[in-house]
Amino acid sequence: MEVAKEKKIEMLRSMLLTRRFEETLTELCKNEGKIPGMMILCTGQEAVGSGVCAALSPEDVIISNHRSHNHLLTKGADPRAIMAEIYGKSTGCNKGKSGTLHLAVPEVNAPCTTTVVGGGLPIAVGVAFSQQYKKEKAVTVCFFGDGAADEGSFHESLNLASLWSLPIVFVCENNLYAGAQRYEEHTRVKDIADRASAYAMPGEIVDGNDVLAVYEAARTARERAIAGNGPTLIECKTYRCRGHGESDHQLYQPKDEIAAWQEKCPIPRLSDEVFALGLITAEELSALEAEIGAVVQEAVRFAEESPYPKPEEALEDVFV
Amino acid sequence: MAKMTMVQAINLALKQEMEKDDNVVVLGEDVGVDGGVFRVTEGLFEQFGENRVMDTPLAEAGIIGFSIGMALYGLKPVCEIQFSGFTYLGFHQLESHAARLRGRSAGRFTVPMVLRAPYGGGVRALEHHSESREAYFAHTPGLKMVIPSSPRNARALLVSAIRDPDPVVYFEPKALYRAFREEVPEDEETMELGRSRIAREGKDITLISYGAMLHETMQAASALHQKQGIEAEVIDLMTIAPLDDALFIESARKTGRVVVIHEAPRSFGPGAEVAVRLVEKSFLYLEAPIRRVTGFDLVIPLFQREKAYLPGVDRIVRAVRETLDF
Repeated sequence: MEVAKEKKIEMLRSMLLTRRFEETLTELCKNEGKIPGMMILCTGQEAVGSGVCAALSPEDVIISNHRSHNHLLTKGADPRAIMAEIYGKSTGCNKGKSGTLHLAVPEVNAPCTTTVVGGGLPIAVGVAFSQQYKKEKAVTVCFFGDGAADEGSFHESLNLASLWSLPIVFVCENNLYAGAQRYEEHTRVKDIADRASAYAMPGEIVDGNDVLAVYEAARTARERAIAGNGPTLIECKTYRCRGHGESDHQLYQPKDEIAAWQEKCPIPRLSDEVFALGLITAEELSALEAEIGAVVQEAVRFAEESPYPKPEEALEDVFV
Repeated sequence: MAKMTMVQAINLALKQEMEKDDNVVVLGEDVGVDGGVFRVTEGLFEQFGENRVMDTPLAEAGIIGFSIGMALYGLKPVCEIQFSGFTYLGFHQLESHAARLRGRSAGRFTVPMVLRAPYGGGVRALEHHSESREAYFAHTPGLKMVIPSSPRNARALLVSAIRDPDPVVYFEPKALYRAFREEVPEDEETMELGRSRIAREGKDITLISYGAMLHETMQAASALHQKQGIEAEVIDLMTIAPLDDALFIESARKTGRVVVIHEAPRSFGPGAEVAVRLVEKSFLYLEAPIRRVTGFDLVIPLFQREKAYLPGVDRIVRAVRETLDF
């Protein structure tokens, strides 16, 4: 099915926004003290979240993992609230209590991002059960990496989701590395999508750097789920162009491998296409990039000018 | 009022809450068609159907994680893990998600789920089927840890746990499941979580316990009274976390002598926390060191040594005597 011009521009925008947002984070991490701790980015993988979330409705729920910025921004989270949360400021989406690895954005139906690899899968299944129980026309998407497919929770979750025909889409971002382990070193099957057959659900393999292909696969899986036909496992083949985190020296990733994948970057792939098709002019593209630059700049300003939470705020919103 | 066993009383709580609120669902291994290994969910499948009483695959991390997702989106799941010793397979979900999502989402999401599991010894079952590891859960910020001691409070506490906005780990003392009957009102009854109660009033010494050991403690108190005229005050904690220390501190200030009784292993057990709170808040009132009568720092032994492991009336009476004679 032909993808509408607006949808393509929407996907281009969300990939550009994520890239600019995360490039800014890379710079901010280097600046000692501004954002202490960890920084886990999805550079090169933006097509997965941008393609999948473009196929979703606002009421659809996403459960994300440690590499979540793209998923959340594309689902519609306010970049200012995300940036402020990463800075640990009280104006952050979680009042400066959760940081980059545990962002939760209820208003866009992104209740949980977790750094426990594989930990989000059963939770996503539970949310999908709730949607089915309440007869909602909505689905749940669970994002996870190739490493998570080795966790026991992956198997427990796919088994149950299939057994109960739940409205869920499992999106595996196979970025070729789980920590410092290359895919072949932790998994024997060539494709994680093969595991879908063990749970009697379709397993789709998608070029994870082709945002339009990801979008199509997600749209099909969503329709299937909404129709009551159960879950789908989509394996998006992509690549993590940066390290596991920003402190990772990437000694285990061959330089020529990184360079080859940079050539397959999903952003120019789409921008070249929309440009060639005349869907966007050079001026409009520049204007889009400038607008995104301003959004990110404003997010940084907002975060920097916001206060840190007061110590006593640690006792708010919890019971003790 | 009908006289009920604890199994019947817990079943009544589930049934009535399910009748009252469509968002309450029950899930676990064999909780549906079979009615549960201890028959606690008997009849619920027939009354509420497979959409609300769900037999799950054998997948403890899944069962607990599914419950968290359900709870995030409007349901009130009550999941059963067949024995408390099998919660370890799903502990990461409780610890990493159920307990934390309220704080992480700055209070915008809570996780209103209940994890039910039979715990404790006294039925000659092996290891995971007999142990008492409530401290793991009580030690985890963000979880509530409840242990009833009678049919009536089991029912009332479970109703409150189901309605609570936060995750509650509800351990059922399996030794008491059918040990005795108690009158349980048909009409709704709740009991505030985080509150202990005085199970027996006295002035000479304070005995603090919960769960199945509450009954050993009550028997010991009775024996001490009959044989030696000692008036022991017995406190039933009922909620291990958050711990209600007001009542036992007040009692200790009155009696000056305290023994804590539980079947959980001794080191870092609930008794240690109780004792420290007493030292912090009633030090100058104490006439003797606080004693603990507990399980040992061992895996609970096989049936032939189980009685030696569990605190019994003799060990409690001895500890009371030594505390009084100090």
